[in-house]
Parts: sequence; C-alpha cells; structure tokens
Amino acid sequence: MSEQLALLPGYLTAHLQLTLAALALAVAISLPLGVVAARVRRIEQPLLAVAAVIQTIPSLALLAVTVAVLAALGLHSIGFLPALIGLTLYGLLPILRNTVTGIAGVDPALVEAARGVGMTPAQQLVRVELPLAMPVVVAGIRTATVWTVGVATLSTPVGAPSLGNFIFSGLQTRNFTAVLVGSGAAAALALLLDALVHGVEVGIARRRRSLVATCLALLVALAAYALAPVATALLRPAARPITIGAKTFSEQYVLSELLALWIQRRTGLPTEVRASLGSTVAYDAVASGEIDLYVDYSGTLWANILRRTEPPPSRQAALDEVASGLRARDGVELVASLGFENAYALAMRATDARRLGIRTISDLAPHARAMTVGGDYEFFSRPEWRALRDRYGLTFAAQRSMDSSLMYQAAATGSVDVISGFSTDGRIDALDLVVLEDDRGAIPPYDAIVLVSARLAREHPDVVAALRALDGAIDAERMRAANLSVDQGGHTPATVARALCDAIGPPDVPAASSTYAAP
Amino acid sequence: MIELQSLVKRFGDRVAVADLSLTVAEGELLVLLGGSGCGKTTTLRMVNRLIEPTSGRVRIDGEDTGALAPHELRRRIGYAFQRVGLFPHMTVAENVGVTPSLLGWDTARIARRVDDLLELVELEPATTRDRRPHELSGGQQQRVGVARALAAEPRLMLLDEPFGALDPLTRDRIQQSFRRIRERLGLTAIFVTHDMGEALVLGDRIAVMDAGRLLQVGTPRDLLTHPADDIVRRLMETPRRQAAAIDALLAGERSP
Repeated sequence: MSEQLALLPGYLTAHLQLTLAALALAVAISLPLGVVAARVRRIEQPLLAVAAVIQTIPSLALLAVTVAVLAALGLHSIGFLPALIGLTLYGLLPILRNTVTGIAGVDPALVEAARGVGMTPAQQLVRVELPLAMPVVVAGIRTATVWTVGVATLSTPVGAPSLGNFIFSGLQTRNFTAVLVGSGAAAALALLLDALVHGVEVGIARRRRSLVATCLALLVALAAYALAPVATALLRPAARPITIGAKTFSEQYVLSELLALWIQRRTGLPTEVRASLGSTVAYDAVASGEIDLYVDYSGTLWANILRRTEPPPSRQAALDEVASGLRARDGVELVASLGFENAYALAMRATDARRLGIRTISDLAPHARAMTVGGDYEFFSRPEWRALRDRYGLTFAAQRSMDSSLMYQAAATGSVDVISGFSTDGRIDALDLVVLEDDRGAIPPYDAIVLVSARLAREHPDVVAALRALDGAIDAERMRAANLSVDQGGHTPATVARALCDAIGPPDVPAASSTYAAP
Repeated sequence: MIELQSLVKRFGDRVAVADLSLTVAEGELLVLLGGSGCGKTTTLRMVNRLIEPTSGRVRIDGEDTGALAPHELRRRIGYAFQRVGLFPHMTVAENVGVTPSLLGWDTARIARRVDDLLELVELEPATTRDRRPHELSGGQQQRVGVARALAAEPRLMLLDEPFGALDPLTRDRIQQSFRRIRERLGLTAIFVTHDMGEALVLGDRIAVMDAGRLLQVGTPRDLLTHPADDIVRRLMETPRRQAAAIDALLAGERSP
C-alpha cells in the first residue's frame, strides 16, 4: 500500500495536468462554437453531429487514432500531446450541446426585451443570454469534467502517465491495491472537481462572492499544484532522467524496473519508468526519442516493424536483420540480447495432451476442430496467427480474445482448450499446462532485446556500455520464475526486479567509482 | 412627430402590413386597434426596427430611422410589451436602470432615476428596488416594465398590449396611472391593443387595422359617430352593446 501511495503524487499531478488542460481547451473551443451555433442555426446540426460522432468513438480508440494521426503528421505522437488532444475532443460535446441548448432555451420574451431596451447583439449575449444559459452550460462543463477525469486514465497506453498507470499495471500484475488506489484517486478527483465547478455556479447564481472566490481559489490552487513541476523544470532544467518504456504485461514491468535499477547502479544517472505503453506505441516512442530504451522481442519487430511475412531463416539471422533494419529505419540501436526468448506458444492442459497424444502443433491440427482457442487481444490479428493457421491448417471450433492475464486460468479451468501463451510465463508450469512444439517453425524466434533511441546512443555511451553488459544475463528459467513471483507470488515488479538485479550483477557499484566516470 | 410612410412588411408570401401611412403628432397617444393577425404589432415593431420593413420608411422628427444603428434608435424609444420580459437574473433596480447603464450614465444618476420611476409607477422604492422580478405580482411586474421603458427619458413610447395579462381591477388602476404619467411627461406614444374599452379610454386618436390595412384613423368620437365601413361600425358597436346590457341590468334591479 505504502509503495503505491508513494507513487500517487507523481501520477496525480500528471493526471491533473492532463485533465485541467483538456478541460480548459474544451471550454475555450466549444463555448464560442456553441454561441455561434446558437446564432447561426444552419451550422448547429452539422456541428453537433460531428461532436456526437467523436463521442461515439470508444475513448481508448480515440486516443489511439490521435496517436496515428499525429504520427502521420510527423508530430510528437506519444505522451502528453495525443492524450491532451483526445481528451479535449472528448470533452467538446457536452459543453457544446449544453451551450446551444442553454442559449436556445432563453425565453424569447427576454431576447425581445434585450433588443427593445437597446442592447447590441454582443450585449444581449453577455448581459442576458449567457447569464441565463449559465446553469445549463455549467452542467455541461461538469459532465465533461467527470468524463475527462475518468477517460484520462486511458492515456497511460499512449505514453502519458496518469492515475491509469495504477490501474493498467495493477490489473496485469494482479495487484489490486494498485487498482484500488488508482480508481479511488480518480473518483475522488472527479468528485472534487465537480463539486468545485458546482460551487462556482451556485455562488454566481446566488451572488455569494465568498463561495465563488473560495471555489475558484481551490481550482487555481489545484492548477498551480499540477503546474508546479512544469514551472520548476522550466526554471531549473534538471538532467532529463533516462526514460525506460514498458508494455502492458508483467515481464515488461519487471524488466523496465530492472533496467532502471541497473542504469542507476552503474552510471548514477536518474531514471524514470514509463509503463503500460501500447505495443507499437512503445516502439514509436523509442524511434522518436520520447523514451530512451525498452525491451522488445525480435520476432515482433521482424513482423510488425520490418513487415517481413516470411519466417526468419534462423534465430541469429532474425537478430542481425532486426538490428540492421531498425538502425537504418530509425537509428534505433539493439544493444543487448538478454538471453531468453518469450515467444508466442500454443499451450494446452497437460492431461489432455497426454490423453490425446499431442506433443507438437502438427499433432494438434486434427483435433482442433473440436477445440476452442483463446488469445490476448492482439494475437488473432497478428501475422504469427496467420502463419500458424496456414502452416498447420488449423481450424478451431471457436476463438476467444481475452486479457493475457486471464487466459492461463481460462485454459486451466477448461473455458478454452488451447491458448496462445507466452513461453516465459510462469503460469504455464504452475497451472499444469504444456507448450506444444512448433515443429514446422511457423513462429519466428522472440529473443528479448534491449533497444535504445538514437539520441541515447549518441549522448550516453556510458549507459549503452552498461546495458551491453546485460547481454545473455537472463535465461528463460530465471525470467519465468521472476514472472511467476509477480503473477502468483504477490510481489511487486520493483521488488522482483531488485532481486533479479542483485542476482545477475554485483550489487550497488557506486556511481563515483563507475568505470565510466571521469578519472 | 412620427411619420410612417408607405410601410410594407411581407413574411414570405404573406403580406402582414400593406402600404400603411400614418402620422402621430407630438404628445399624442395613437392606439393601433384590431383583431389578432391584423398587423398592428408588426407595424409597431417596425417603428423601433425590431422588425425591418420590406419597404417604406419611418421618420421621427423628420429623421429617417433607417439611418441610425438599431440599438441606438431603441435606446431613445421606450418599449413595453405584454410579456414584460423583465430579466430574471437582475434586481428590479437593475432592470429599470438597464437602458441608462447602456447609455453610460453614472451609477448615482441611475440610482436616483430608478427611485423616481418606481415612485412614478407607484411602487415603494425602498422595498422593491433590490427584489427579483419573480418576487413581484403580475401587476407590479407590468409597472416595473413601464418604468424600464421610461428610464432613459424617451420622447416616444411604444406599448404592445402592456396591460393585457392583468385582472380587470389592476388593469383599470394601472391604465389610470399610466394616463397621468403620460400627461405629466408629455410623451408621444403608440399603443397596440385589441380591447375597445382600453382604446377608447386611453387614445387621443385610434387607427383601426384589418388584414394588414388601415381602415380608419380618427378620434374615438369620430369612429363612434362616423365609422368608415362595416368592420369599423361592428367594432364600435361592441362597447355600446356592453354598455346597453349593463344599463338593462341596472334598470331591471331597480324595478322589482
């Protein structure tokens, strides 16, 4: 608990920055648009239709689309910017719609009176229409506030830290304290912001200056709290920490913490972990220099980044071609191959495998028609699945997508018969599952490799040298044990990473005596 | 002096006002009288350009109103209408003082003017000033509406059935006090109503309209004695018939 609470200020600040900035932008855009739409009725319907369409896009998809669009435009596609744009778009509709409705709902007699007493159109708006529409407009802002605080938790996968980091990593590593801290903090923040906006509204309506002042002061204080780190960074630019990315599963959390610790111990440089990134977001982030390094897998890069459809001729060839391909494409350097593979592997219950005499995927093929296959969300759209299906002629009775943390349990309890597990997942052994041999070599090798950005390679040869020492340092057995102690042992990735770090290298080489420090 | 010259207003194919010309003398109250849809309200609203005429023009003291900015024109003309339209988010004082504040009067002058006007419309300034419109009765709201129309010391008032929604007793009292106010200030006014009784009590002259046309303009006596056509005659007979019915009732009571 205390470990999670220690992370709270950082994520809360980031969450507040995102939420307040997105809300301010959404108000700044949709309030004037709503006023114009209420005046020029011709554009009202099209405008509201566009906002409504944006709203119907699932929020996670909206953020992902923003990333893609920004990348296509050659802009910063990872982190704060896509999250801000996505959240702003999401907040537009309630404010826009309520502004239009609020102004349209003003009694026509009052508009006539406003004209009759000699107000200009601008004065009618400011003195009569907006004040009378204000309760409806503020209701829209409150709706947008609550939504934005909630949806902001989804900005974690696009690389913007938020309270969602607790939720994503907590769900993957079965740490429900983290999930609770994240959701609780988000809910409390939503209620607080909603209450403050409501307070301003009530204060204005009842003309209670002290209430308005108090609520505004609290909002300003929150904004100041959120912006303080930004201001500090601007005034006293500290050394940018070495940023390590992690995708959304236990092994990645452990490895990112391990790399952070390793770099701290070897070079004394500050580090920062940016966890729970979407799978391709992580690569894009290292390619653009948004993060400095992360761990990926040769087969994934072979198929998804290099877009190769044929299987690599050999394990070593895959590593060599990925290394040269990424360097040529984005200047990204492969600095170490950690020494284990984490491949997609078809796994099934050991008892069934014995009964049916299945040892390889070729053995499975004739039985597949009567079986259900389960996979993580991306598996069935990945080239590896197509390769497996085509090479072995696999046809299953049904296929089900589910969260990767749940599929092992699903196989063990019989909800599905075959899963696309990960070969280093400790739960394969623990739940009495067996991995089927890929006897025809359909799945490419998946060596875990450390990728660093072009900038890190250029500016920090000391870090690169430290990372090269990790080459071959972790074998599959060690990784599987580490993963299991997170997934079933109830340990946090940081704790497990510390043990792993101690095991593979001499602990705590002080920064001052580091080989790479100035003599 | 107000001159309405060949005013025409069309809404699409429908002709609301057809070639209407009228003159209102300085200090005179002219009633526009007619049934609903006859074009009387449209005519009134063309005077302060709440509605722009399709053709024709309005002159006030010889000045073409089309040459002024609409909001500047309206600040010089008092306007009161049946639905009153008091701003619910403002106090009574803020409602009354709205046009002076648009004209940039200083606050002390506005405050004095508001109190004077509240007294003029027979409301107690001390107890009314800071209240919100919804705290007032219908009659009090109508009075505040009239006070607001008078606030910027206009020479011309436009009134569109301003006392329409009131009960008969309140309406009678407020009509009387309006007549006193108008006489005291020497206002020129155009007053729209469909109520014959109100027209006869308040009007110096009455203009009868039907289907967008002006049928007859004259003093109440002219219209009663020399109606120009059947419509005007029938219209003028209604108060007489009512008076006769009342006389008959009274006579019946006296002779058991």
